Amino acid sequence: MTRDEALALYRAMLLIRRFEERCAQIYVEGRIGGFLHLYIGQEAVAVAAMSLLRPDDYFITSYRDHGYALARGTDPRPLMAELCGKIGGISRGKGGSMHFYDVPSGNFGGDGIVAAHLPVAAGMGYAIRLRGTEQVVLCFFGDGAVNEGAFHEALNVSALWGLPVVYVIENNRYGMGTSLDRASSVKDLYQRGSAYGIPRRDVDGMDVLTVREALGEAIERARKEKRPTLLEVETYRYRGHSMSDPGKYRNKEEVEEMMRHDPILRFASVLKEQHEVKEADLEAMDKGVLAQVADAVRFADQSPWPAAETLYEDVYVRSPYVHAKTADRDPAWRAAVKEDRVPESFPEWAPLPAPAKVEG
Amino acid sequence: MPVITMREALNQAMREEMRRDPSVFLLGEEVGQYQGAYKITQGLLQEFGEWRVRDTPIAEEAIAGVAVGAAFVGMRPIAEMMTFNFSILALDQIVNHAAKYRYMSGGQIRCPMVMRGPSGAAAQVAAQHSQALESWYAHVPGLVVVMPSTPKDAKGLLKSAIRDDNPVIFMENEVLYNLKGEVPEEEFTIPLGLGEVKRVGKDVTIVAWSRSTQFALQAADLLAKDGVEAEVVDPRTLRPLDEDVIFDSVRKTNRCVVVEEGWRYAGFGAEIADRVQRGCFDDLDAPVIRVTAADVPMPYSRMLEKAYLPQPEKVVDAVRQVLYR
Repeated sequence: MTRDEALALYRAMLLIRRFEERCAQIYVEGRIGGFLHLYIGQEAVAVAAMSLLRPDDYFITSYRDHGYALARGTDPRPLMAELCGKIGGISRGKGGSMHFYDVPSGNFGGDGIVAAHLPVAAGMGYAIRLRGTEQVVLCFFGDGAVNEGAFHEALNVSALWGLPVVYVIENNRYGMGTSLDRASSVKDLYQRGSAYGIPRRDVDGMDVLTVREALGEAIERARKEKRPTLLEVETYRYRGHSMSDPGKYRNKEEVEEMMRHDPILRFASVLKEQHEVKEADLEAMDKGVLAQVADAVRFADQSPWPAAETLYEDVYVRSPYVHAKTADRDPAWRAAVKEDRVPESFPEWAPLPAPAKVEG
Repeated sequence: MPVITMREALNQAMREEMRRDPSVFLLGEEVGQYQGAYKITQGLLQEFGEWRVRDTPIAEEAIAGVAVGAAFVGMRPIAEMMTFNFSILALDQIVNHAAKYRYMSGGQIRCPMVMRGPSGAAAQVAAQHSQALESWYAHVPGLVVVMPSTPKDAKGLLKSAIRDDNPVIFMENEVLYNLKGEVPEEEFTIPLGLGEVKRVGKDVTIVAWSRSTQFALQAADLLAKDGVEAEVVDPRTLRPLDEDVIFDSVRKTNRCVVVEEGWRYAGFGAEIADRVQRGCFDDLDAPVIRVTAADVPMPYSRMLEKAYLPQPEKVVDAVRQVLYR
C-alpha cells in the first residue's frame, strides 16, 4: 500500500467521524429530525469495503448508513442536506438519515427494515449472473439481523444459485439494547455460514487493514468464483443505537475499553510507523476534514425546503403503458416523470450495460 | 380470432415478453421443472433455460426480494406466487421495498417487476388458501394493481405490466384459469388503468373485477329475464383506477352496485362507493350497495363456502334494492 493510499483510508475514516460528530450536534439543535443512527466506532468497516469496490459494483446496507456513502465518495453536502430535510438532499428530502441512496455510485441505500435488504442484495447478485458481468454486491447488516428469517432465505438462495454477494455482519454486540448473548443461540455469528456451506470468517473490525484483507478475499471469490461469503466483522459503536438511546444496557468501562482500540487512532500509528506521516500532517488533514463538514452544513442550511408540489413526485415512473387519462387524474401519476432523478453531484450516470444473451 | 383459456393467454404473454426482452425473467415455486403449480409457466423452462425460469425453494420473502433487487438494477423479473395467500410472507418486500424505494431515494430508483399468481377464493381449501387480498395491495401508493377477468384482458394487461417501469401486482384467479375467450393473434397490449364495459345496459351499473365479473354477468342474465338491463363495468386495474368508465355508466343508469370477493370491512369496493358518491352525487337515485364476501374467514364446507361468497343471486338482490323493486 502506498503512502497516498494509506492516507486516503485514514482521511475517509476521519471524514465519517467528523461528519457523524457534527450530525450529533445539529441533531440536538433540532436541525435533524427523526431517527439518527451514528457510525462512530465502526468506520474501518465501510472504509475498507469501499476502497475495494470497482465503480460498477453495488452495495446495500441498513439504516446506519452514513459511513458507506461518505466512504464511497458521495459529496457530503447533499448528504447533510438530506439529514436536514432540504430539497438539495441526496434523496430530495424524502429519505432522511436512514435512506442515503446514490445509485450512480452503486449505492442502494439505507434500508430501515432489519435484514429485509439481504434478499434484495441476492436479487442484485442474480441480475449480475444473468448479465454475465464481473460485478459484485456487498451487503452490510448488524448482528441483530442474523435472527431474522430474511437472513436465512437470502443466504440459502445465494449459496444455492452461486450469487456474487458478500454478506458482512457488522457485529457491534448489540441489536438496539439487546446484547448478542441474549439474542443469538450461536455466539460466533460467522459460524452460521456453515448452515449454507459457504466460506465464512470473523475478523477484527477495529483494524482497517485486517478488514480490507478479509473483504478483499471474499470479493475476489464473488467476482471470480461466483460464490457468496459470510464475513463477521467485530466492531463497536461508541454512541447509542440512535440519538434517543442513553445506552444503559452496557457499562462505561466496556465503552472506554473499546475506544482504546479505536480504528482511527490505531491506523494513525500505522501511518506514523510505516509511512513517515507526522502528527502535524494528521492535524492539517483534520482541519481540512472539519472544513469540509462545515461546508456541508452550510450547503444544507442554504438549500431550500422542498416545495409542497414535490410531495407527489417520485412515487411512480411515468409510463406509456398506463392510460394517460387515468394517470392525469391521479396526483402521484400526474407528477411522475419518465426519467430517474440523478443527484447533481454525480452527473456521470451511465445506463446499465445491456444484458448478455443467456443460454436457454 | 382464436379462442384460448386464460391459462394459455398468460403463458403466451410471458413467452412473448421473454422473447422480446432478455431482461425479463421468471422465478417462483415450481415454475420450471414442475411446469407451474397451475401450469401457467408450461414450456418456459425448456425455451429459456434455468437462469431465466428459476425454480426457487419455498421462500416467499426471497422470491420477492430477489425480484426487487434484480429490478433495482435494471432487470424485469416476474415473481410468481403459487397463490397470493403466500404473498403475505413477502409483503414487506413489496410494501416497504418495491413500492417505496423510488420515493425514499428521491426518484433515483425504479422497480420494474411483476408479482403475479392466483388470488381469491379457490374451491374448498379453507381460510388460509382462499382469500382476496387486492384491498391490501391497492392501499399502497407506489404499486399498480391489476385484476383481469378475461383471457384477452389477461394477456394484454400482463404484457403491459411486464413492460411498465413500476412494480405491478397482477392478481389472477384460479377459478378463471380455464375460462375461454377470444384473444387476438396479432401483437397487442391493453393499457393499465383503463376499464371496460363488459355488458351494456341502462338500468343499473354493476362494478366488478376478476372472478366477480362472472357473478355480475350471471346476475345480469337473471335480471334480463325480468326486463332489467344491467351494465357490467370492469375497472381491470384497481390502482390507478379508471373513474371515467364507472362514472360514465353511473351517470347513465343512476344506480350502482359493487361486487367484490374480498371482505366488506375496509374493502376496495368502499373506495369505489366513495368515489361514486362524490363524483356522481347528483346522478344517484339510490345509495351505492356493495356485495362482498362475508366478514369471516373462509370456511371449508361447500355449503358454507357458497354462503360466504358473493353469488349471482346476491347481486340480483342488491340490484333490486337500488331499483326499489
